[in-house]
Amino acid sequence: MVLDEIKIEGLGASRLRVEDNRFIRGKGNYVDDIVLPGMLHMEILRSPVAHARIKSIDTSKAWDIPGVRLVLTGEMLAARNLAWMPTLSYDTQAVLATDKVRFQGQEIAAVVADDPYIAKDGCDAIVVEYEPLPVIVNPDQARAPDAPVIRDDKVDQTDNVIFNWEVGDKAGTDAAFERADVVSRIEMHYPRSHPSPIETCGSIADFDRATSKLTVYMTSQAPHIVRAAVALVAELPEHMIRIVAPDIGGGFGNKVPVYPGYVVSILASILLEKPVKWIEDKSGNLISTGFARDIYLKGELALRQDGKILGVRMHTDSDHGAFFSDAQPSKFKIGLLHAAFACYDIPVAHLTAQGIYTNKAPGGVAYRCSFRITEAMYFQERMVQAAAVDLGMDQAEFRRINFVRDDDFPHRTAFGFLTDSGQYAKCLDVGLEAIGYEEFLKEKEEAKKQGRLLGLGISTMTEPLGAGNSREYDILGIKMFDSAELRVHMTGKALLRTGAKSQGQGHETTWAQIVAHELGIPAADVVIEEGDTDTAPFGMGTYASRSTPVAGAAVAMAARKIRAKARKLAAHLLEASEEDIDWELGRFYLRGAPERGVTIQECAMAAYSNMPDGLEPGLENVAYYDPPNLTWPFGCYIVTVEVDPETGVWDVLRVVAVDDCGVRINPMIVEGQIMGGLAEAYAMANMQFITFDEEGNCIGGNYTDYLLPTAWETPGFELHEVVTPCPHHPIGAKGIGECATVGGPAAYVNAVMDALRDYDVRNIDMPLLPDRVHQAITERSDISGAPPVRME
Amino acid sequence: MTSLFEEVTPTGSGDIPVTRITLTLNGVSRTVDVEPRLLLAHLIRQGFKLTGTHTGCDTTNCGACTVLVDGTPVKSCTMLAVQADGHDVTTVEGLAGPSELHPIQEGFKDEHGLQCGFCTPGMMMTAKALLDRNPDPTEDEIRWALSGNLCRCTGYQNIVKAVLWAATKIQSQADGGGEG
Repeated sequence: MVLDEIKIEGLGASRLRVEDNRFIRGKGNYVDDIVLPGMLHMEILRSPVAHARIKSIDTSKAWDIPGVRLVLTGEMLAARNLAWMPTLSYDTQAVLATDKVRFQGQEIAAVVADDPYIAKDGCDAIVVEYEPLPVIVNPDQARAPDAPVIRDDKVDQTDNVIFNWEVGDKAGTDAAFERADVVSRIEMHYPRSHPSPIETCGSIADFDRATSKLTVYMTSQAPHIVRAAVALVAELPEHMIRIVAPDIGGGFGNKVPVYPGYVVSILASILLEKPVKWIEDKSGNLISTGFARDIYLKGELALRQDGKILGVRMHTDSDHGAFFSDAQPSKFKIGLLHAAFACYDIPVAHLTAQGIYTNKAPGGVAYRCSFRITEAMYFQERMVQAAAVDLGMDQAEFRRINFVRDDDFPHRTAFGFLTDSGQYAKCLDVGLEAIGYEEFLKEKEEAKKQGRLLGLGISTMTEPLGAGNSREYDILGIKMFDSAELRVHMTGKALLRTGAKSQGQGHETTWAQIVAHELGIPAADVVIEEGDTDTAPFGMGTYASRSTPVAGAAVAMAARKIRAKARKLAAHLLEASEEDIDWELGRFYLRGAPERGVTIQECAMAAYSNMPDGLEPGLENVAYYDPPNLTWPFGCYIVTVEVDPETGVWDVLRVVAVDDCGVRINPMIVEGQIMGGLAEAYAMANMQFITFDEEGNCIGGNYTDYLLPTAWETPGFELHEVVTPCPHHPIGAKGIGECATVGGPAAYVNAVMDALRDYDVRNIDMPLLPDRVHQAITERSDISGAPPVRME
Repeated sequence: MTSLFEEVTPTGSGDIPVTRITLTLNGVSRTVDVEPRLLLAHLIRQGFKLTGTHTGCDTTNCGACTVLVDGTPVKSCTMLAVQADGHDVTTVEGLAGPSELHPIQEGFKDEHGLQCGFCTPGMMMTAKALLDRNPDPTEDEIRWALSGNLCRCTGYQNIVKAVLWAATKIQSQADGGGEG
């Protein structure tokens, strides 16, 4: 009898999560939960000013405090050639400041003490003298002729420009705009935001002089990259470095980069020969670690009167802060921003991008995002809506006219990506049907007569998830493949390790389901380990929705290698030749006599107890997977809102999400990912931003200023699905973790803009705070840029 | 706490005043000497080694450190340990016995009410206080009660469902029925 795949919790089973068993009991094992014998505690002193020369640092009073074991400054690091470290974007970043501070919150000194309270006392006792310098908080200031050069540490740097980059066909695009009936233009700012997992960053460095081994427990989404970085920067032998990422309290891209705190804790442990724990506080996390977005767009669409898009022209100015430390593939300077418009059939496009240094925290991390995809899709969908308005066309119809059609795959986008599958129009139809599009338009007209403002916003997009193929995707030269190692024990139970690292995505649950699907071993019989570089195979980690597309594929391939070997064992057990044996879920059988068969568990036992002559014992294998292409999920998000013209407050009426992420391994977990993304999209549109005053003070350095939505504000979500399997992924799956965060914001903003159609308002930059919406209504004008900060 | 020996460290002890407090933690009376500035969250985590109570923000915003003090949800990062003297403190480890689960814990797992798990203990403690005073809450009442606890993963919808699930389970247990 063939196994029931759902019963063994294979593909498609909404298997309850294995990891929950410890989390619901408070038995998770996060970095701050780890206590090592003799462990000391480290705190970091941060700069209160955004740009200043350091005249002096007096640490003597800190050393005097009983219980203080070590005080480290940039000068002491410089003596060991460690004051600066490389970033993931081929720039350098100060570990502890030596010459000057370049953003508020920059790391200046570290104090190691017997307990964290004493370490904080030590930081308070350090006296730093600053000589203030002019502060730059936006690209315009940075480009002014008399602007101070922020990165005067770099010999070749004479201004504040990091890069100029372009992609696409300039001449062809210019020609398309010449031919256009209508040119639709819009300028926007995607505000600076912070991924802000509830758990901050932290590490425990443990250097053992006796073995020369360095073990670092840390909040890392990519432990193997950290091991490589430590080996290269600290010149420690790679086999003597063990990075362990235990349970992680949310990542969202924030825990990809290597931060000064990690590095200093490592050095402190080497110097003191004791374990040193550093747990960042929330302000430290918000003001100094990888922010996201902060990018300005000038966008233009060349349009034919009938609605066809003839060409796209985009220019972005991105504010990277004081160090260019974007975590992104090295080939692309502004991430995958040029994936914009991938779901539309557009003949030609051109993008220019300039990157700028400012006196703000460095970052440009992919916040629940594949490398600037979130900005790309927001700009795309806001441009699309503006174009539909300019043409006087229905916004759904305008999208439908321009979609890549189902029979046009594979499709080369104007910017050069290759999309391979999707049913875009169908997803839109499902969404429109679910929201009751025609009825809502009537309702909206009726409401208008009563002075009520209703609006409907659509956002449709396909995005490239799962970087990536080794031809184009690397970080610091390391190709972005991933890996899985599967060991099947003699009783048919199994241990699986991957190079990915879950931060809530549920790998311990879903990877086992892939094994169940491939081998017929019940998911409950497979245990998953991740995050320990001494045991896990090399992988690039979990971000950019790459786990399922890359590591998940590796899991399937490792299982298939196991199955190939098990087939040899089955042939031996059945006394038949391999060619005469067929496979059904969990069992090999004789083609001519299906009742004669052996289970995968029997094969496993044979691998250790009854192998044929000449066959290597054991049933283990490892697979490294280099995907042939990215995966291209599609999302259609439709939001309806009511705006109160008296206050500018807008309420979400309904949120409909239609996601096509190919085959769903665990539908429950997929839906959890989508809902999380929709909430973050709402947050971006509504309240979540970090801004700076003109002195470079970070406004948003704590949860009172940096507003995150609670259960009370967050709307409810209605989810729908369309399934177009990925043609190249072993089990047909596509990435999903970030789709709703990427596609969602434009749906909320488009809805509010739709409600304000009669007020001549073309754009309000996020966040759509009530006062900004109110101002737009009363002044009938656009609201641009980050919310200004009153200086009092 | 008893131990075979306790090392007297040369630092820290001498000049710093300590205060002796007694509190009930998860049903057991505990007496400790603490520095007056020690936060309750740190006493629970580092002192009593109950690491289910997480600290997320240190500013009373995120709620990851929520515990029950005399049945009321309190963010333990903003309460001094000395303030817990004479009070009854319940942490996530006190929700159920070692081999059993509280319906709220079951609900969070059953309805996929958690992802990274970091906010979960605080969420569950707040939910416990809600269900203790309002055994049959509406969705809006749950959302309002949980609005002091931040979650970045789930979008809250499944957390709300988890609490509703628990309420139903607790009700059915109280009615003497239930599916066990």
